Amino acid sequence: MNTPPMDATKPVVGGAVRKLSATDLNFYYGDFQALKNISMEIFANQVTAFIGPSGCGKSTFLRTLNRMNETVRNTRVEGQILLDDVNILEQEVAYVRRRVGMVFQRSNPFPKSIFDNIAYGPRINGTVANRAALREKVEQSLRRAALWDEVKDKLNQSAYGLSGGQQQRLCIARALAVDPEVLLLDEPCSALDPIATAKIEDLIFQLKSSCTIVIVTHNMQQAARVADNTGFFLLGHLIEFDNTAVIFKNPAKKETEDYVTGRFG
Amino acid sequence: MAATPTTVPTSAGPSRPAPAGYWQRLRGGDEAAYIITFMAAAGILAITAMLVLELYTNSAASRSKFGWNFLFTSTWDPVNDQFGALPFIYGTVVTSFLALIMGIPLGVGAAIFLAELAPPKISDGLTFLIELLAAVPSVIYGLLGVFVLIPILRDIEPSLKAVLGWTPFFTGPFYGVSLFSAGVVLAVMIIPFIISISREVILSVPGDQREAALALGATRWETTWDIVVPYAKKGIMGSIFLALARSLGETMAVTMVVGNDPKIKASLLAPGYSIAAVIANEFTEATGQLYTSALIELGLVLFALTIVINGMARLMIIGADKYK
Amino acid sequence: MTNLHTLRRKTVNVLMLTITGLCTLFAAGTLVYILGYLFVHGATSLTWAFFTKLPTPVGESGGGMANAIVGSGKLLLLASLFGIPIGFLGGVYLAEFGGTTFSYIIRYVTDLLNGVPSIVIGIFAYTLIVLPQKHFSTLAGGLALGVMMIPIAVRSSEEFLRAVPNSLREGAMALGASKAKSILTVVIPAAKNGIMTGIMLNLARVAGETAPLLFTSFGNRYWSSGWDQPISALPVMIFTYAIAPYEDWHKQAWAAGFVLLSLVLTVNIIARAVLSSKKHVAR
Repeated sequence: MNTPPMDATKPVVGGAVRKLSATDLNFYYGDFQALKNISMEIFANQVTAFIGPSGCGKSTFLRTLNRMNETVRNTRVEGQILLDDVNILEQEVAYVRRRVGMVFQRSNPFPKSIFDNIAYGPRINGTVANRAALREKVEQSLRRAALWDEVKDKLNQSAYGLSGGQQQRLCIARALAVDPEVLLLDEPCSALDPIATAKIEDLIFQLKSSCTIVIVTHNMQQAARVADNTGFFLLGHLIEFDNTAVIFKNPAKKETEDYVTGRFG
Repeated sequence: MAATPTTVPTSAGPSRPAPAGYWQRLRGGDEAAYIITFMAAAGILAITAMLVLELYTNSAASRSKFGWNFLFTSTWDPVNDQFGALPFIYGTVVTSFLALIMGIPLGVGAAIFLAELAPPKISDGLTFLIELLAAVPSVIYGLLGVFVLIPILRDIEPSLKAVLGWTPFFTGPFYGVSLFSAGVVLAVMIIPFIISISREVILSVPGDQREAALALGATRWETTWDIVVPYAKKGIMGSIFLALARSLGETMAVTMVVGNDPKIKASLLAPGYSIAAVIANEFTEATGQLYTSALIELGLVLFALTIVINGMARLMIIGADKYK
Repeated sequence: MTNLHTLRRKTVNVLMLTITGLCTLFAAGTLVYILGYLFVHGATSLTWAFFTKLPTPVGESGGGMANAIVGSGKLLLLASLFGIPIGFLGGVYLAEFGGTTFSYIIRYVTDLLNGVPSIVIGIFAYTLIVLPQKHFSTLAGGLALGVMMIPIAVRSSEEFLRAVPNSLREGAMALGASKAKSILTVVIPAAKNGIMTGIMLNLARVAGETAPLLFTSFGNRYWSSGWDQPISALPVMIFTYAIAPYEDWHKQAWAAGFVLLSLVLTVNIIARAVLSSKKHVAR
């Protein structure tokens, strides 16, 4: 039911470099097993999408990649998650989360100014040396998130004054400010209108050259638009993982075909 | 409406359809229920109005004699009919201030621990214990203040003087009873209030704020201190003001440990007095109308003070609710 | 990975966990300490005489606080008769007929009254009753405590009545009951547990009040009959005995403190257990 077992020492064919990989990952909420034997690879500087019906485990799996699931009580992880071939489950969690950033379904800016929101990550992680470097970092992050032109004159105003789409881009900029190598996006556009969604999808295209992107989406067309690779989840299993084109046009498994053709939601 | 006299209703209720007029509603009891409960509510209004009125009229003698100077005079001389509120205002403010200085760090610190850092079962158990502290009567705190706290303070007074004696606040002879002792007792009394309210306010901060901070690599403490607590700031301030209002009016525990000396001194180790304490101690011995009236005027001052502080507290807590 | 900066952050994390934990331990520990101390000093001073004997003349040992116990009982009875009906009915008004500007004012005034220091309420009862009558009395003390009970009774009654779902009210009225009848026969019984518990908590709080009694009921070293005489009360005795210079009186103050605190805490613990376990809205 899964992709063939991987050899961790071999780089993958086709020139793609493996960035993140999961091996035999099982995840439990108390007694309930939410993820069953997930094994997959995520490649550097590519966009990987997870699709599947509600409750299939795609968000749960996303959250294991930066260990956010540990903030919930009574959870258990079995298996390995490798970042650049080192198991993140054995590393310092704050360090992992700096390298693997996350943007959430609903934008959640802090009740601070736009500048202070972006500056928060660098400040606490100590990644910038002085005030001038901080200002540069904030501007760079806002530019990467395609938000600089819209907010450059009001950096000291409250983040809550921005529109929904702008707030979400702010959250992306905030996550980018710590220079993550991987960016996890958990249904980032589900609360946004089509125009704001389009802006964020453009952003994803631009970011992937500097970042590895993993996106969970319930919108199959979005996955088809932005992703290089797509994984289909169902009831805690990873049913199929392949090139996006293959998943949507020529899936190997019947369940995949049923889902992408809309036979079930 | 027909002017027929109504018949006495049977206990089984009306057996024929009756017009839904005034008498029908009266029979159903609605009018009566409204009137009775309305009178009760109006009664509360009347009682409160009467309270203010009585305070005002019975302090007339003192008010007319001393005017506004009453608030700024520091002489309290019953023998010569000279009364001034300043020593008591001073003592009340100083003891409450001391209580806040000691109580806020402990209270907010504990609230943070209980709301953010402790496992739920421990948090619930400890919160239960701490909220019971709020139910302990004031006179019991006074009892322990007299027989437990004061001996302890007497023991540590030399060390206190060694560390803080260079300030004017910790000089002079120490007899056990003092403004400082009252401040300590008050601090212990207000801590449960600060904890209880602050904890609830912190718990109500939305979870996605915490998640955003954690996902950026913040530690538990950084998330709590940088993000959660500022979000809950207004409610925490409200709890502090409520605690202040309580400590201003606190009588028994203060009376038993403050020393009952109507003088203003710089040192906190000296005995002092508070508004509530002087009323408690001297009311029954007040001879003459002016004396009693002065004490009642003190009551009026205390009343005004607590109303203002309570009002500010409620504004802050309501403001905190609106954030959600 | 573990550079100096990260190490510092981790240290701060653990340090603040410890510090705030210590604050909590201090707060919770205070209660345990108070209870323990009162138990050790109070329970050991408890004698049968405490409950049955009257206070003896100053200096003589062997007295008790029988009259104070009865006195507190009488005062609480009077306070309940005065404060609970007004408070409860006021709460019914706010919950069932509320929504008007008048009810907003009432709520504000009730909060105001709640914030008045207890000694000022004592002054109120003094000017109202003691001054015209020219003597201290149980009536004055009962009134003072009753006024203190009102705001809490209003708040808790209103809260528990509001918690009764509207579907119950509508169900009753759809069966033909008038508003008053539905309130009386359905809403109030549904909120019964919460309201009773609220009354118990109210009584427990007022039972420990001393300040408003100091110049209303004043105190009495003998039995008090009727409602017109000064009367002794447990918390007042604790105060009087604690600040006096007699060792025997101190022991009795501890005993009285233990009895008072035990009663107050027991009621509080039971009330909390009732409120959190059972749903206080009957279905």
